[in-house]
Amino acid sequence: MSPDLPLLFAERAGDYRAGIHHCTAAELREVLARLLSAASRVVIPPGLPQEWIDGLTVPLLLDGASPAGPAGSGAAAPITGLTAADLDAPGVSVLTGCAVAIAETGTIVLDAGAGQGRRLLTLVPDHHVCVVRDAQVVADVPDMITALPDPTRPLTMISGPSATSDIELNRVEGVHGPRRLDIVCVH
Amino acid sequence: MRIALFVTCLNDALFPRAGIATVTVLERLGHTVSFPQAQSCCGQMHANTGYAAPARTLERLTEQAFAGHDVIVSPSGSCVAHLRAHTSLPVYELSELLIDVLGVTDVGATFPHRVTYHPTCHGLRVLRLADRPETLLRAVRGLELIDLPEADQCCGFGGTFALKNSDVSAAMVTDKCRNATATGADYLAAADNSCLSHIGGALARHPAAPTPIHYAEILASTGPAS
Amino acid sequence: MSRELPIVAGEAFAEAARRELGDAQLRANLGRATRTIRDKRARVVAEVPDWEALRDRAAAVKDDVIARLPKLLTQFEQAVTAAGATVHHARDAAQANAIVTELVRAEQADQVVKIKSMATQEIGLNEALEAAGITPIETDLAELIVQLADDTPSHILVPAIHYNRSQIRELFARRMPGFTAASDEPAVLAGAAREYLRRTFLAAKVAVCGANFAVAETGSLVIVESEGNGRMCLTLPETLIAVVGVEKLLPRFADLGDFLRLLPRSSTGERMNPYTSIFTGVTPGDGPRRLHVVLLDNGRTTVAQDPVGRAALRCIRCSACLNVCPVYERAGGHAYGSVYPGPIGAILSPQLTGQDAGFNRTLPYASTLCGACYDVCPVKINIPEILIHLRQTGPKPAAERAAMASLSWVMRDRRRWRLALRAARTGSAPLRALTRRRGGTLHRAPWPLSAWTRHRDAPLPAAETFRDWWRRTHES
Ligand code: SF4
Repeated sequence: MSPDLPLLFAERAGDYRAGIHHCTAAELREVLARLLSAASRVVIPPGLPQEWIDGLTVPLLLDGASPAGPAGSGAAAPITGLTAADLDAPGVSVLTGCAVAIAETGTIVLDAGAGQGRRLLTLVPDHHVCVVRDAQVVADVPDMITALPDPTRPLTMISGPSATSDIELNRVEGVHGPRRLDIVCVH
Repeated sequence: MRIALFVTCLNDALFPRAGIATVTVLERLGHTVSFPQAQSCCGQMHANTGYAAPARTLERLTEQAFAGHDVIVSPSGSCVAHLRAHTSLPVYELSELLIDVLGVTDVGATFPHRVTYHPTCHGLRVLRLADRPETLLRAVRGLELIDLPEADQCCGFGGTFALKNSDVSAAMVTDKCRNATATGADYLAAADNSCLSHIGGALARHPAAPTPIHYAEILASTGPAS
Repeated sequence: MSRELPIVAGEAFAEAARRELGDAQLRANLGRATRTIRDKRARVVAEVPDWEALRDRAAAVKDDVIARLPKLLTQFEQAVTAAGATVHHARDAAQANAIVTELVRAEQADQVVKIKSMATQEIGLNEALEAAGITPIETDLAELIVQLADDTPSHILVPAIHYNRSQIRELFARRMPGFTAASDEPAVLAGAAREYLRRTFLAAKVAVCGANFAVAETGSLVIVESEGNGRMCLTLPETLIAVVGVEKLLPRFADLGDFLRLLPRSSTGERMNPYTSIFTGVTPGDGPRRLHVVLLDNGRTTVAQDPVGRAALRCIRCSACLNVCPVYERAGGHAYGSVYPGPIGAILSPQLTGQDAGFNRTLPYASTLCGACYDVCPVKINIPEILIHLRQTGPKPAAERAAMASLSWVMRDRRRWRLALRAARTGSAPLRALTRRRGGTLHRAPWPLSAWTRHRDAPLPAAETFRDWWRRTHES
């Protein structure tokens, strides 16, 4: 992997007006706590690393229905199968990792694996925080396809916040998906 | 070098000056030009209007008319493109012949006027003439070449398109005329008299518009236009 | 079905275009939008050094699909069935509409949410559902605009391209309950669409989508979108019905690598669109419980038999050809009388329906053959070549046939040609004398040349033809 890829990824993702935050593994807990401090609740998919959750000070919503099994956490009791209405409540944020990230296009790819959860979780909440480790960044789309562990899982490629080009063919952010996307790049 | 001229039916009948200019430039450079009398039309007009059989006939006749000639030149980008796609003739657009085959960019011309150049669609996107015509024009003494805004936009000619869809065609040529006039040039040059007759016909109705001219005529010129 | 399909032009292109040209606002909106997207596309394409190689590979992959269509369809059907989906085959629009209507009825739903899909527009699915008492709700912002305005789409990618922001604000204020915003900022308008549709999404039982790609190897479907309305439709309702044109197939999953690089850059001029969903059958606990795939032929197999015309089936509906087309830019999408406008529409609609349908025979002439479309097409469809091919194989007016036949008869013979040139020269001599003062061009000519002189002067035959000059100067 070229050392420039994570930086290129961050730059390109930033072009879509996603929030880009750089930190080390040691700083991650603090960065996540800050980004999520204003949330009314934070949705936690199964399999999210415990240390990402530990520093959070807001109530958590744990999604349980996944083959990966529920993540144990002290902050709130696990709720099996959050509903769309749960996720649609005001101020809800969702915290996930990703399967792969693409440098050329500034794209994160979720494959419903551990720490990512069902597709709904990253769709209905208005704010999505995604953690990307340097080692997960590949050069381009073809490399992403090779890097996927199982292409038949439900895949979602996300390039910036929800947007539309329908008005005068200019991209504007904020339609049906999360209107805010924060990407935390862990170097 | 012996060079055969394919003048094209349109130039033969309506715009002989483009053919005469081509001959003049090549003879001035010391080459021998021949004009096979059996030539008429390359078939492009029939093919593009939807008449395959007569087009094939005319293509074959053009092939026969030029059989045995190693280098053929034509002052029409679209006809060269058609012949190249449908025959095996070694045919070159004038600027290709001058630059690629003869290795000349300065043809010894003088034309003390302001000129803007419209790269016709066939020249631009089929023959990929790139800046060959402009390279030749830049070497002309006294000539000031002015960039044409939105030069790559089609003028709206398109053969029978200009008749069948004359309103859209007119809307397109109106924009081309506006851009051409905005340059303040004295002349609008191009490598195809079909497009030029269309643009020129519209320019004739624009005040203070540049005069249409085939760029071969500029290359043939040795002084101010009469 | 007696109703004409939405891919059959109801009037000649030239007539429709003349009317649309009269709308100055439309032309201003189109000019601005197409220029924006042309520039954006050019910028992001220039970033990719191997763009031409990508196009060549993509064209070859699609040609392989067209050549092996039956085999790949079987492979896709097996894979997606194994992944829990049900496959249906629709020979034509009527069959496809009947299948979808039946599936919606079986869910006892009286409304469906829809992701923008060219295939469902092509078959007139919305009209068929409405006739069956089912309300289709378009969830794409542009489709919503068009639906609220009781209008029809005018662009493949941006169906409401003919509206500017202030027109959209005014429309929302009139037709969207609860809309009060004074601003016409696109973000405000998009936010209003979010509020308006959110309850609908959360309550929807059935969604209908198309697909950008269908992977034979894995049975995966791919939906490329921007707003997230697609993701809503793909994950919230219990039942998902995908109407997929058979030419959407790709042989291998790995083929997506090239196509997902080509499509967003060509369509919205972005490195990547905001959301791409790739899903394979049904995943327990994630997304719909039932997936139906309706494989739509509707003329495609016939098009695949035409050695020249079949390249049109490579199309990935990026709409780059529309955005660079000077004819589309002036006439607008409605002039093509089909849900497929622009250069691709001019070669696709007449092929899908046959050129005898409605006025579709006029579409192959809606082009100057300038080639701008071929230059940008990500799958390298030689659109001018197919336009010419369709002209050569389509019906033609008798008067024109006669004129072209006699012209070629004259041109075929060197003596006849020389005599004709002389006759034209002699015949036009008085006109030349009359017009000398104004540059020797003709201001007004009789029919059929009046179509020319209505907008521009016509040239007159020269006083001396080239061959006479040659004879005089080189042969005496
Ligand atoms: S023909 Fe080519 S450029 Fe036009 S929409 Fe289809 S893929 Fe895009």
